Amino acid sequence: MSFPPSPVGRAMAHLFDYVPLAILALAWEAIVRGGLVSPSVLPPFSEVVAEFFRLAGNGVIFVHAAISLRRIVIGLALAVAFGVTAGLLMSAIRPVRLVLQPLLGLLYPLPKSALVPLLMLLLGLGDSPKILLIFIGCLLPVVTNTFNGARGVDEKLMWSAANLGASRLGLFVIRFNAALPDILTGARTGVAFAFILLINAELIFGQDGLGYLIASTGGLGAYPTMFAAVILVVMLGFAADRLFGFIENRMLAWRAP
Amino acid sequence: MTAGERSIRTGLFPASAGGPWLIRRFAASEGAAQLLAIAVLLGIWWAFSRWGGINPFLLPSPEVVGQRLLRQFNSGELAANISATMYAAIAGFAIAVIIGVPLGLAMARNRIAGWFFAPIVSVGFPAPKLAFLPIFLLWFDVGASSKIVMVAFAAVFIVASATAAGAAYVPRPLLWSAQSLGASRTAMLWQVIVPSALPQILNGLQIALPVCLITTIAAEMYVGGAGIGGAMLAASRFANTPDVFAGLIISGATGLVLVRLIGWIRVKLLHWHAEARVK
Repeated sequence: MSFPPSPVGRAMAHLFDYVPLAILALAWEAIVRGGLVSPSVLPPFSEVVAEFFRLAGNGVIFVHAAISLRRIVIGLALAVAFGVTAGLLMSAIRPVRLVLQPLLGLLYPLPKSALVPLLMLLLGLGDSPKILLIFIGCLLPVVTNTFNGARGVDEKLMWSAANLGASRLGLFVIRFNAALPDILTGARTGVAFAFILLINAELIFGQDGLGYLIASTGGLGAYPTMFAAVILVVMLGFAADRLFGFIENRMLAWRAP
Repeated sequence: MTAGERSIRTGLFPASAGGPWLIRRFAASEGAAQLLAIAVLLGIWWAFSRWGGINPFLLPSPEVVGQRLLRQFNSGELAANISATMYAAIAGFAIAVIIGVPLGLAMARNRIAGWFFAPIVSVGFPAPKLAFLPIFLLWFDVGASSKIVMVAFAAVFIVASATAAGAAYVPRPLLWSAQSLGASRTAMLWQVIVPSALPQILNGLQIALPVCLITTIAAEMYVGGAGIGGAMLAASRFANTPDVFAGLIISGATGLVLVRLIGWIRVKLLHWHAEARVK
Protein backbone atom coordinates (compact mmCIF):
# COMPACT_ATOMS: atom_id res chain seq x y z
CA MET A 1 0.00 0.00 0.00
CA SER A 2 1.46 3.37 -0.94
CA PHE A 3 0.58 6.79 0.38
CA PRO A 4 1.26 10.21 -1.13
CA PRO A 5 4.32 11.85 0.48
CA SER A 6 2.28 14.61 2.13
CA PRO A 7 2.57 15.00 5.96
CA VAL A 8 -0.92 13.58 6.39
CA GLY A 9 -0.05 10.72 4.07
CA ARG A 10 3.10 9.95 6.02
CA ALA A 11 1.21 10.01 9.29
CA MET A 12 -1.32 7.62 7.74
CA ALA A 13 1.48 5.31 6.62
CA HIS A 14 2.90 5.41 10.10
CA LEU A 15 -0.45 4.54 11.63
CA PHE A 16 -0.83 1.73 9.13
CA ASP A 17 2.44 0.29 10.48
CA TYR A 18 0.80 -0.20 13.84
CA VAL A 19 -2.40 -1.87 12.56
CA PRO A 20 -1.12 -5.33 13.70
CA LEU A 21 -1.25 -4.12 17.31
CA ALA A 22 -4.92 -3.21 16.82
CA ILE A 23 -5.52 -6.66 15.30
CA LEU A 24 -3.92 -8.21 18.37
CA ALA A 25 -6.15 -6.16 20.68
CA LEU A 26 -9.24 -7.17 18.68
CA ALA A 27 -8.23 -10.84 18.81
CA TRP A 28 -7.78 -10.52 22.57
CA GLU A 29 -11.28 -9.05 22.90
CA ALA A 30 -12.75 -11.68 20.59
CA ILE A 31 -11.32 -14.79 22.30
CA VAL A 32 -12.63 -13.63 25.69
CA ARG A 33 -16.05 -12.48 24.44
CA GLY A 34 -16.35 -15.59 22.29
CA GLY A 35 -15.90 -17.76 25.38
CA LEU A 36 -12.62 -19.36 24.25
CA VAL A 37 -10.85 -18.04 27.34
CA SER A 38 -12.46 -17.41 30.68
CA PRO A 39 -12.60 -13.71 31.69
CA SER A 40 -11.27 -14.74 35.09
CA VAL A 41 -7.84 -15.51 33.60
CA LEU A 42 -7.89 -12.91 30.83
CA PRO A 43 -10.10 -9.86 31.34
CA PRO A 44 -11.40 -8.50 28.02
CA PHE A 45 -9.28 -5.77 26.44
CA SER A 46 -12.10 -3.23 26.67
CA GLU A 47 -12.37 -3.82 30.41
CA VAL A 48 -8.61 -3.32 30.83
CA VAL A 49 -8.77 -0.06 28.87
CA ALA A 50 -11.71 1.14 30.97
CA GLU A 51 -9.78 0.24 34.11
CA PHE A 52 -6.74 2.12 32.79
CA PHE A 53 -8.80 5.28 32.32
CA ARG A 54 -10.38 4.88 35.75
CA LEU A 55 -6.91 4.64 37.35
CA ALA A 56 -5.71 7.56 35.26
CA GLY A 57 -8.76 9.55 36.32
CA ASN A 58 -8.15 9.15 40.05
CA GLY A 59 -4.40 9.52 39.52
CA VAL A 60 -3.38 6.23 41.22
CA ILE A 61 -1.44 4.90 38.26
CA PHE A 62 0.42 8.17 37.76
CA VAL A 63 1.53 8.26 41.39
CA HIS A 64 3.12 4.82 41.00
CA ALA A 65 4.51 5.69 37.56
CA ALA A 66 6.12 8.86 38.91
CA ILE A 67 7.77 6.93 41.76
CA SER A 68 9.11 4.33 39.31
CA LEU A 69 10.31 6.85 36.74
CA ARG A 70 12.09 8.87 39.43
CA ARG A 71 14.09 5.77 40.42
CA ILE A 72 15.00 5.07 36.80
CA VAL A 73 16.02 8.65 36.05
CA ILE A 74 18.27 8.94 39.13
CA GLY A 75 19.86 5.50 38.70
CA LEU A 76 20.43 5.97 35.00
CA ALA A 77 21.76 9.53 35.35
CA LEU A 78 24.27 8.38 37.98
CA ALA A 79 25.29 5.44 35.80
CA VAL A 80 25.81 7.66 32.76
CA ALA A 81 27.79 10.27 34.75
CA PHE A 82 30.06 7.69 36.42
CA GLY A 83 30.20 5.34 33.44
CA VAL A 84 31.19 7.94 30.87
CA THR A 85 33.88 9.36 33.19
CA ALA A 86 35.22 5.89 33.97
CA GLY A 87 35.17 4.83 30.31
CA LEU A 88 37.04 7.95 29.19
CA LEU A 89 39.62 7.63 32.00
CA MET A 90 40.10 3.96 31.10
CA SER A 91 40.83 4.84 27.51
CA ALA A 92 43.21 7.68 28.42
CA ILE A 93 45.07 6.33 31.48
CA ARG A 94 46.60 2.88 31.45
CA PRO A 95 46.61 2.11 35.23
CA VAL A 96 42.90 2.92 35.42
CA ARG A 97 42.30 0.48 32.58
CA LEU A 98 44.38 -2.24 34.21
CA VAL A 99 42.38 -1.96 37.45
CA LEU A 100 38.87 -1.52 36.06
CA GLN A 101 38.90 -3.92 33.10
CA PRO A 102 39.14 -7.20 35.06
CA LEU A 103 36.56 -5.90 37.54
CA LEU A 104 34.13 -5.17 34.71
CA GLY A 105 34.91 -8.60 33.29
CA LEU A 106 33.79 -10.09 36.60
CA LEU A 107 30.64 -7.97 36.78
CA TYR A 108 29.56 -8.83 33.22
CA PRO A 109 28.46 -12.47 33.68
CA LEU A 110 26.84 -11.81 37.09
CA PRO A 111 23.05 -11.95 36.71
CA LYS A 112 22.17 -8.54 38.18
CA SER A 113 18.88 -9.82 39.60
CA ALA A 114 20.97 -11.83 42.10
CA LEU A 115 21.92 -8.52 43.74
CA VAL A 116 18.31 -7.87 44.79
CA PRO A 117 18.32 -9.84 48.10
CA LEU A 118 21.71 -8.45 49.10
CA LEU A 119 20.73 -4.83 48.45
CA MET A 120 17.45 -5.43 50.25
CA LEU A 121 19.30 -6.74 53.31
CA LEU A 122 21.89 -3.97 53.33
CA LEU A 123 19.79 -0.96 52.37
CA GLY A 124 16.23 -1.83 53.34
CA LEU A 125 13.04 -1.56 51.32
CA GLY A 126 13.07 2.08 50.24
CA ASP A 127 14.31 3.95 47.17
CA SER A 128 18.06 3.58 47.63
CA PRO A 129 18.46 -0.20 46.99
CA LYS A 130 16.39 0.13 43.79
CA ILE A 131 18.37 3.13 42.58
CA LEU A 132 21.65 1.36 43.39
CA LEU A 133 20.52 -1.77 41.51
CA ILE A 134 19.66 0.31 38.43
CA PHE A 135 22.97 2.15 38.76
CA ILE A 136 25.01 -1.08 38.87
CA GLY A 137 23.06 -2.67 36.04
CA CYS A 138 23.33 0.35 33.71
CA LEU A 139 26.97 1.08 34.54
CA LEU A 140 28.31 -1.87 32.56
CA PRO A 141 26.85 -1.07 29.10
CA VAL A 142 27.72 2.63 29.53
CA VAL A 143 31.34 2.02 30.61
CA THR A 144 32.10 -0.62 27.98
CA ASN A 145 30.54 1.35 25.13
CA THR A 146 32.27 4.57 26.19
CA PHE A 147 35.58 2.75 26.52
CA ASN A 148 35.27 1.03 23.15
CA GLY A 149 34.21 4.28 21.49
CA ALA A 150 36.95 6.39 23.07
CA ARG A 151 39.56 3.74 22.34
CA GLY A 152 38.56 3.77 18.69
CA VAL A 153 39.06 7.54 18.32
CA ASP A 154 41.00 8.43 15.20
CA GLU A 155 44.54 9.15 16.44
CA LYS A 156 45.04 11.72 13.67
CA LEU A 157 42.32 13.84 15.29
CA MET A 158 44.17 13.78 18.59
CA TRP A 159 47.51 14.61 16.95
CA SER A 160 46.07 17.54 15.02
CA ALA A 161 44.41 18.92 18.14
CA ALA A 162 47.60 18.53 20.20
CA ASN A 163 49.56 20.16 17.41
CA LEU A 164 47.16 23.13 17.40
CA GLY A 165 47.82 23.56 21.13
CA ALA A 166 44.78 21.85 22.68
CA SER A 167 45.02 21.48 26.45
CA ARG A 168 44.62 18.11 28.21
CA LEU A 169 41.03 19.07 28.91
CA GLY A 170 40.55 19.94 25.25
CA LEU A 171 41.87 16.54 24.22
CA PHE A 172 39.46 14.95 26.68
CA VAL A 173 36.56 16.83 25.09
CA ILE A 174 37.61 15.55 21.66
CA ARG A 175 37.74 12.02 22.98
CA PHE A 176 34.25 12.48 24.44
CA ASN A 177 32.82 13.76 21.17
CA ALA A 178 34.41 10.95 19.19
CA ALA A 179 32.94 8.41 21.60
CA LEU A 180 29.51 10.05 21.65
CA PRO A 181 27.79 7.63 19.24
CA ASP A 182 28.92 4.68 21.37
CA ILE A 183 28.05 6.47 24.61
CA LEU A 184 24.51 6.99 23.36
CA THR A 185 24.24 3.34 22.30
CA GLY A 186 25.36 2.34 25.79
CA ALA A 187 22.87 4.68 27.42
CA ARG A 188 20.04 3.29 25.26
CA THR A 189 20.94 -0.26 26.33
CA GLY A 190 21.03 1.10 29.86
CA VAL A 191 17.45 2.37 29.56
CA ALA A 192 16.20 -1.13 28.74
CA PHE A 193 18.23 -2.57 31.64
CA ALA A 194 16.92 0.10 34.01
CA PHE A 195 13.33 -0.88 33.30
CA ILE A 196 14.01 -4.61 33.75
CA LEU A 197 15.83 -4.12 37.05
CA LEU A 198 13.29 -1.62 38.36
CA ILE A 199 10.39 -4.02 37.75
CA ASN A 200 12.48 -6.85 39.16
CA ALA A 201 13.17 -4.99 42.42
CA GLU A 202 9.66 -3.60 42.78
CA LEU A 203 8.05 -6.99 42.17
CA ILE A 204 10.12 -8.62 44.87
CA PHE A 205 10.35 -5.99 47.59
CA GLY A 206 8.27 -3.02 46.48
CA GLN A 207 6.08 -0.86 48.62
CA ASP A 208 5.17 1.45 45.77
CA GLY A 209 5.87 1.89 42.07
CA LEU A 210 4.50 0.12 39.00
CA GLY A 211 6.13 -3.24 39.75
CA TYR A 212 4.51 -3.20 43.18
CA LEU A 213 1.15 -2.25 41.63
CA ILE A 214 1.38 -5.27 39.29
CA ALA A 215 2.41 -7.68 42.06
CA SER A 216 -0.12 -6.46 44.61
CA THR A 217 -3.13 -6.35 42.27
CA GLY A 218 -2.14 -9.76 40.86
CA GLY A 219 -2.01 -11.14 44.39
CA LEU A 220 -5.48 -9.76 45.14
CA GLY A 221 -6.94 -11.13 41.93
CA ALA A 222 -7.69 -7.62 40.60
CA TYR A 223 -6.65 -8.71 37.12
CA PRO A 224 -8.00 -5.78 35.04
CA THR A 225 -5.86 -3.43 37.17
CA MET A 226 -2.86 -5.74 36.84
CA PHE A 227 -3.19 -5.90 33.04
CA ALA A 228 -3.65 -2.11 32.86
CA ALA A 229 -0.43 -1.61 34.84
CA VAL A 230 1.46 -4.11 32.65
CA ILE A 231 0.31 -2.29 29.51
CA LEU A 232 1.44 1.03 30.99
CA VAL A 233 4.88 -0.45 31.77
CA VAL A 234 5.19 -1.73 28.19
CA MET A 235 4.17 1.68 26.81
CA LEU A 236 6.64 3.50 29.08
CA GLY A 237 9.48 1.18 28.01
CA PHE A 238 8.63 1.76 24.36
CA ALA A 239 8.34 5.54 24.84
CA ALA A 240 11.68 5.70 26.69
CA ASP A 241 13.39 3.68 23.96
CA ARG A 242 11.92 5.92 21.24
CA LEU A 243 12.89 9.05 23.20
CA PHE A 244 16.49 7.86 23.38
CA GLY A 245 16.44 6.99 19.69
CA PHE A 246 15.25 10.53 18.99
CA ILE A 247 17.94 12.08 21.23
CA GLU A 248 20.52 9.89 19.53
CA ASN A 249 19.47 11.13 16.08
CA ARG A 250 19.44 14.78 17.18
CA MET A 251 22.81 14.68 18.93
CA LEU A 252 24.43 12.83 16.08
CA ALA A 253 22.94 14.97 13.31
CA TRP A 254 26.44 16.32 12.59
CA ARG A 255 27.72 12.89 11.73
CA ALA A 256 27.84 11.89 8.06
CA PRO A 257 25.23 9.18 7.44
CA MET B 1 24.37 -5.98 26.84
CA THR B 2 25.75 -5.00 23.52
CA ALA B 3 28.08 -6.73 21.14
CA GLY B 4 30.78 -4.35 22.35
CA GLU B 5 30.90 -5.96 25.74
CA ARG B 6 32.11 -9.20 24.31
CA SER B 7 35.09 -7.48 22.82
CA ILE B 8 36.39 -6.51 26.26
CA ARG B 9 39.93 -7.82 26.32
CA THR B 10 41.28 -8.12 29.79
CA GLY B 11 44.71 -9.59 29.13
CA LEU B 12 46.98 -8.03 31.76
CA PHE B 13 50.40 -9.24 30.84
CA PRO B 14 51.93 -8.83 27.39
CA ALA B 15 52.19 -12.09 25.45
CA SER B 16 55.86 -11.29 24.85
CA ALA B 17 56.83 -11.97 28.49
CA GLY B 18 59.23 -14.88 29.09
CA GLY B 19 58.56 -18.47 30.15
CA PRO B 20 57.28 -21.58 28.40
CA TRP B 21 54.69 -21.09 25.68
CA LEU B 22 51.72 -22.44 27.63
CA ILE B 23 52.41 -20.22 30.63
CA ARG B 24 52.95 -17.21 28.40
CA ARG B 25 49.67 -17.86 26.65
CA PHE B 26 47.81 -18.22 29.92
CA ALA B 27 49.38 -15.09 31.41
CA ALA B 28 48.22 -13.02 28.43
CA SER B 29 44.69 -14.40 28.54
CA GLU B 30 41.49 -12.95 29.86
CA GLY B 31 41.28 -15.75 32.41
CA ALA B 32 44.57 -14.82 34.10
CA ALA B 33 43.45 -11.21 34.57
CA GLN B 34 40.14 -12.37 35.97
CA LEU B 35 41.76 -14.83 38.35
CA LEU B 36 44.02 -12.04 39.55
CA ALA B 37 41.02 -9.74 39.97
CA ILE B 38 39.18 -12.43 41.94
CA ALA B 39 42.24 -12.96 44.17
CA VAL B 40 42.64 -9.24 44.81
CA LEU B 41 38.93 -8.82 45.56
CA LEU B 42 39.01 -11.78 47.95
CA GLY B 43 42.02 -10.24 49.68
CA ILE B 44 40.31 -6.85 50.05
CA TRP B 45 37.11 -8.53 51.26
CA TRP B 46 39.03 -10.62 53.81
CA ALA B 47 41.01 -7.61 55.07
CA PHE B 48 37.87 -5.50 55.41
CA SER B 49 35.89 -8.13 57.27
CA ARG B 50 38.85 -8.71 59.63
CA TRP B 51 40.12 -5.21 60.30
CA GLY B 52 37.49 -2.93 58.74
CA GLY B 53 35.35 -2.83 61.86
CA ILE B 54 32.27 -3.64 59.77
CA ASN B 55 29.41 -5.51 61.41
CA PRO B 56 29.79 -9.17 60.31
CA PHE B 57 26.03 -9.20 59.72
CA LEU B 58 26.52 -6.70 56.89
CA LEU B 59 29.80 -8.13 55.61
CA PRO B 60 30.45 -11.76 56.57
CA SER B 61 34.04 -12.93 56.17
CA PRO B 62 35.07 -15.01 53.14
CA GLU B 63 35.75 -18.00 55.45
CA VAL B 64 32.16 -18.00 56.70
CA VAL B 65 30.77 -17.71 53.18
CA GLY B 66 33.15 -20.47 52.03
CA GLN B 67 31.92 -22.74 54.83
CA ARG B 68 28.32 -22.08 53.76
CA LEU B 69 29.19 -22.97 50.17
CA LEU B 70 30.83 -26.16 51.35
CA ARG B 71 27.86 -27.05 53.53
CA GLN B 72 25.44 -26.44 50.65
CA PHE B 73 27.66 -28.55 48.41
CA ASN B 74 27.77 -31.44 50.89
CA SER B 75 24.03 -31.44 51.53
CA GLY B 76 23.33 -31.56 47.79
CA GLU B 77 21.42 -28.29 48.03
CA LEU B 78 23.93 -26.55 45.79
CA ALA B 79 23.60 -29.04 42.95
CA ALA B 80 19.80 -29.07 43.26
CA ASN B 81 19.56 -25.26 43.13
CA ILE B 82 21.99 -24.88 40.25
CA SER B 83 20.28 -27.58 38.21
CA ALA B 84 16.79 -26.12 38.83
CA THR B 85 17.98 -22.69 37.69
CA MET B 86 19.94 -24.02 34.71
CA TYR B 87 16.97 -26.14 33.66
CA ALA B 88 14.53 -23.22 33.59
CA ALA B 89 17.05 -20.85 31.96
CA ILE B 90 18.14 -23.27 29.23
CA ALA B 91 14.66 -24.66 28.53
CA GLY B 92 13.32 -21.10 28.17
CA PHE B 93 16.28 -20.17 26.00
CA ALA B 94 15.73 -23.20 23.77
CA ILE B 95 12.06 -22.35 23.27
CA ALA B 96 13.01 -18.75 22.47
CA VAL B 97 15.48 -19.97 19.83
CA ILE B 98 13.03 -22.48 18.33
CA ILE B 99 10.36 -19.77 17.99
CA GLY B 100 12.53 -16.68 17.55
CA VAL B 101 14.84 -17.78 14.73
CA PRO B 102 12.06 -18.93 12.33
CA LEU B 103 10.03 -15.86 13.29
CA GLY B 104 12.94 -13.55 12.52
CA LEU B 105 13.60 -15.32 9.20
CA ALA B 106 9.93 -15.01 8.26
CA MET B 107 9.89 -11.33 9.24
CA ALA B 108 12.87 -10.61 7.01
CA ARG B 109 11.92 -12.72 3.98
CA ASN B 110 8.12 -12.54 3.91
CA ARG B 111 6.32 -9.20 3.48
CA ILE B 112 3.15 -10.13 5.33
CA ALA B 113 5.00 -11.65 8.28
CA GLY B 114 7.28 -8.61 8.34
CA TRP B 115 4.33 -6.21 8.32
CA PHE B 116 2.49 -8.09 11.05
CA PHE B 117 5.33 -8.80 13.48
CA ALA B 118 7.53 -5.69 13.06
CA PRO B 119 5.45 -3.43 15.35
CA ILE B 120 4.88 -6.24 17.85
CA VAL B 121 8.60 -6.91 18.14
CA SER B 122 9.50 -3.21 18.24
CA VAL B 123 7.08 -2.67 21.13
CA GLY B 124 7.98 -5.93 22.87
CA PHE B 125 11.75 -5.56 22.51
CA PRO B 126 12.32 -2.65 24.95
CA ALA B 127 9.50 -3.70 27.30
CA PRO B 128 10.54 -5.06 30.72
CA LYS B 129 9.13 -8.55 30.22
CA LEU B 130 9.32 -9.37 33.92
CA ALA B 131 6.18 -7.27 34.33
CA PHE B 132 4.30 -10.21 32.72
CA LEU B 133 5.42 -12.65 35.41
CA PRO B 134 2.24 -12.40 37.52
CA ILE B 135 0.21 -12.96 34.32
CA PHE B 136 2.15 -16.14 33.49
CA LEU B 137 1.70 -17.30 37.06
CA LEU B 138 -2.03 -16.86 36.55
CA TRP B 139 -1.96 -18.90 33.32
CA PHE B 140 0.57 -21.63 34.06
CA ASP B 141 1.37 -23.69 37.12
CA VAL B 142 3.64 -22.30 39.80
CA GLY B 143 6.32 -24.98 39.22
CA ALA B 144 8.81 -24.88 36.40
CA SER B 145 6.44 -24.17 33.50
CA SER B 146 5.50 -20.58 34.38
CA LYS B 147 9.20 -19.77 34.82
CA ILE B 148 10.12 -21.41 31.50
CA VAL B 149 7.37 -19.49 29.68
CA MET B 150 8.52 -16.28 31.36
CA VAL B 151 12.14 -16.86 30.32
CA ALA B 152 11.20 -17.78 26.74
CA PHE B 153 9.03 -14.67 26.49
CA ALA B 154 11.85 -12.47 27.78
CA ALA B 155 14.32 -13.84 25.24
CA VAL B 156 12.23 -14.40 22.11
CA PHE B 157 12.11 -10.72 21.09
CA ILE B 158 15.90 -10.44 21.27
CA VAL B 159 16.39 -13.59 19.15
CA ALA B 160 13.72 -12.62 16.60
CA SER B 161 14.96 -9.08 16.06
CA ALA B 162 18.61 -10.13 15.76
CA THR B 163 17.66 -12.86 13.26
CA ALA B 164 15.46 -10.48 11.26
CA ALA B 165 18.26 -7.90 11.14
CA GLY B 166 20.73 -10.53 9.91
CA ALA B 167 18.42 -12.12 7.36
CA ALA B 168 17.24 -8.80 5.92
CA TYR B 169 20.73 -7.89 4.71
CA VAL B 170 21.91 -11.00 2.91
CA PRO B 171 24.21 -9.69 0.14
CA ARG B 172 22.25 -9.62 -3.11
CA PRO B 173 25.03 -11.22 -5.23
CA LEU B 174 24.87 -14.27 -2.94
CA LEU B 175 21.13 -14.63 -3.53
CA TRP B 176 21.52 -14.07 -7.30
CA SER B 177 24.33 -16.60 -7.63
CA ALA B 178 22.36 -19.23 -5.75
CA GLN B 179 19.27 -18.54 -7.86
CA SER B 180 21.15 -18.72 -11.11
CA LEU B 181 22.61 -22.05 -10.02
CA GLY B 182 19.05 -23.27 -9.63
CA ALA B 183 18.85 -23.46 -5.84
CA SER B 184 15.47 -24.51 -4.49
CA ARG B 185 13.72 -22.37 -1.87
CA THR B 186 14.79 -24.74 0.91
CA ALA B 187 18.37 -24.71 -0.31
CA MET B 188 18.30 -20.91 -0.47
CA LEU B 189 17.13 -20.77 3.10
CA TRP B 190 19.50 -23.31 4.62
CA GLN B 191 22.56 -22.80 2.45
CA VAL B 192 22.47 -19.06 1.80
CA ILE B 193 20.21 -17.06 4.09
CA VAL B 194 20.79 -18.82 7.42
CA PRO B 195 24.60 -19.04 7.10
CA SER B 196 24.78 -15.42 6.00
CA ALA B 197 22.66 -14.28 8.95
CA LEU B 198 24.40 -16.61 11.42
CA PRO B 199 26.81 -14.07 12.98
CA GLN B 200 23.89 -11.73 13.74
CA ILE B 201 21.74 -14.62 15.01
CA LEU B 202 24.56 -15.59 17.36
CA ASN B 203 24.88 -11.96 18.53
CA GLY B 204 21.24 -12.22 19.52
CA LEU B 205 21.77 -15.53 21.31
CA GLN B 206 24.78 -14.14 23.17
CA ILE B 207 22.63 -11.30 24.47
CA ALA B 208 19.61 -13.53 25.12
CA LEU B 209 21.31 -16.20 27.24
CA PRO B 210 22.41 -13.90 30.11
CA VAL B 211 18.94 -12.31 29.96
CA CYS B 212 17.48 -15.81 30.41
CA LEU B 213 19.56 -16.33 33.55
CA ILE B 214 18.64 -12.90 34.97
CA THR B 215 14.96 -13.60 34.30
CA THR B 216 15.09 -17.10 35.80
CA ILE B 217 16.67 -15.86 39.02
CA ALA B 218 14.21 -12.97 39.28
CA ALA B 219 11.27 -15.33 38.67
CA GLU B 220 12.56 -17.76 41.30
CA MET B 221 12.74 -14.93 43.80
CA TYR B 222 9.17 -13.93 43.02
CA VAL B 223 7.75 -17.43 43.08
CA GLY B 224 10.01 -18.90 45.77
CA GLY B 225 10.96 -22.55 46.08
CA ALA B 226 13.72 -24.29 44.15
CA GLY B 227 16.63 -22.62 42.43
CA ILE B 228 19.42 -20.17 43.17
CA GLY B 229 17.02 -17.21 43.34
CA GLY B 230 14.56 -18.96 45.64
CA ALA B 231 17.36 -19.96 48.01
CA MET B 232 18.76 -16.42 48.07
CA LEU B 233 15.40 -14.87 48.80
CA ALA B 234 14.73 -17.36 51.59
CA ALA B 235 18.15 -16.55 53.08
CA SER B 236 17.48 -12.82 52.93
CA ARG B 237 14.06 -13.27 54.59
CA PHE B 238 15.90 -14.79 57.56
CA ALA B 239 18.57 -12.06 57.41
CA ASN B 240 21.08 -14.80 56.63
CA THR B 241 23.75 -12.65 54.95
CA PRO B 242 26.39 -15.40 54.51
CA ASP B 243 24.00 -17.50 52.42
CA VAL B 244 23.01 -14.43 50.38
CA PHE B 245 26.70 -13.84 49.61
CA ALA B 246 27.07 -17.54 48.78
CA GLY B 247 24.12 -17.25 46.38
CA LEU B 248 25.71 -14.23 44.73
CA ILE B 249 28.92 -16.19 44.13
CA ILE B 250 26.99 -19.18 42.78
CA SER B 251 24.97 -17.05 40.39
CA GLY B 252 28.08 -15.25 39.18
CA ALA B 253 29.80 -18.58 38.52
CA THR B 254 26.70 -19.93 36.74
CA GLY B 255 26.57 -16.78 34.62
CA LEU B 256 30.24 -17.15 33.75
CA VAL B 257 29.75 -20.77 32.64
CA LEU B 258 26.79 -19.84 30.42
CA VAL B 259 28.59 -16.85 28.86
CA ARG B 260 31.64 -19.00 28.11
CA LEU B 261 29.45 -21.81 26.74
CA ILE B 262 27.65 -19.60 24.23
CA GLY B 263 30.97 -17.97 23.27
CA TRP B 264 32.40 -21.42 22.58
CA ILE B 265 29.34 -22.37 20.50
CA ARG B 266 29.86 -19.22 18.43
CA VAL B 267 33.47 -20.12 17.71
CA LYS B 268 32.46 -23.67 16.73
CA LEU B 269 29.59 -22.58 14.47
CA LEU B 270 31.52 -19.77 12.79
CA HIS B 271 34.85 -21.52 12.25
CA TRP B 272 34.34 -21.00 8.48
CA HIS B 273 33.54 -17.31 8.82
CA ALA B 274 35.95 -14.41 8.28
CA GLU B 275 35.65 -13.37 11.94
CA ALA B 276 37.35 -16.63 13.00
CA ARG B 277 40.54 -15.50 11.29
CA VAL B 278 40.72 -12.21 13.21
CA LYS B 279 42.36 -12.72 16.55
